[in-house]
Amino acid sequence: MRTKIIVLLSVLAGALLAWNLHTIFLRVPDEASQGAVFRVFYFHFPAAVTSFTLFFIAMFSGLVYLRNRDLRYDSAAAAINEVAFTFALITLITGMIWGRIIWGIWWAWDPRITSYFICLLMYFGYFMMRRAIDEPHRRARLSAVLSILASVDIVIVWKSIEWFRTQHPGPVLEIRGGGGMAPGMEAPLFWNVLVFLLLEAALVLVRMRQQLIQSEIESLRRYAHAF
Amino acid sequence: MDRNFEYMFYGFTAAWVIVIVYVISIALRERRLRDELDRVKRMVEDQEREAKK
Repeated sequence: MRTKIIVLLSVLAGALLAWNLHTIFLRVPDEASQGAVFRVFYFHFPAAVTSFTLFFIAMFSGLVYLRNRDLRYDSAAAAINEVAFTFALITLITGMIWGRIIWGIWWAWDPRITSYFICLLMYFGYFMMRRAIDEPHRRARLSAVLSILASVDIVIVWKSIEWFRTQHPGPVLEIRGGGGMAPGMEAPLFWNVLVFLLLEAALVLVRMRQQLIQSEIESLRRYAHAF
Repeated sequence: MDRNFEYMFYGFTAAWVIVIVYVISIALRERRLRDELDRVKRMVEDQEREAKK
């Protein structure tokens, strides 16, 4: 059943992405001042929004673990955070490439980008910590706490363009108080958010299945040691 | 169409490379885990047989 859902999500994501890429490259015109490179935004923004969403879902999963001490929620949080981290990395790299041509620099230590970098470092630390701790409940407890702390940084990242004057552009979309995009340019952006969510859901399900296999291996090992 | 096209190409390539590397790493982990599961299952079966003797 799980495999069927994974395949269905992947096929849906693939079909939607193919249609959306066709729109982005062949129907959407170049942006007046940035030229073709603005299209990077169609990956940059959805990767950022969906990775933040996943980080928050993982944080809630960690909270549920702290409440009922069920390790399945810790496994789910770890799987979700790993996928979210991958897409957060896409956000950072595509942003740097866009910045190189628009700002003339690869990197600026401004509040948005610095807080985002700190966010990635925190989640990198999260994975390092998980590898370092063997005792499952101690690992789950500390992971949940770190996940909660990191999610505070996500709020700072999200609001930084409103709280500070930053090198990073301010809100673009109308729903965040920006000037909006030209007609026809905004729709592919939201379709890509859906594509990324479908793809991430499929990857999370695969990682959760792998963690079930890992748990089975560990319980079989414990059983074998009992002889 | 050609203005800043090169960096657009870099941006999309970087995104795809990250996704593909991650998917490959997941596939490799899947194979390693299934191999390990088979190995541990065989080990347990062997131990059970030994215990019966």
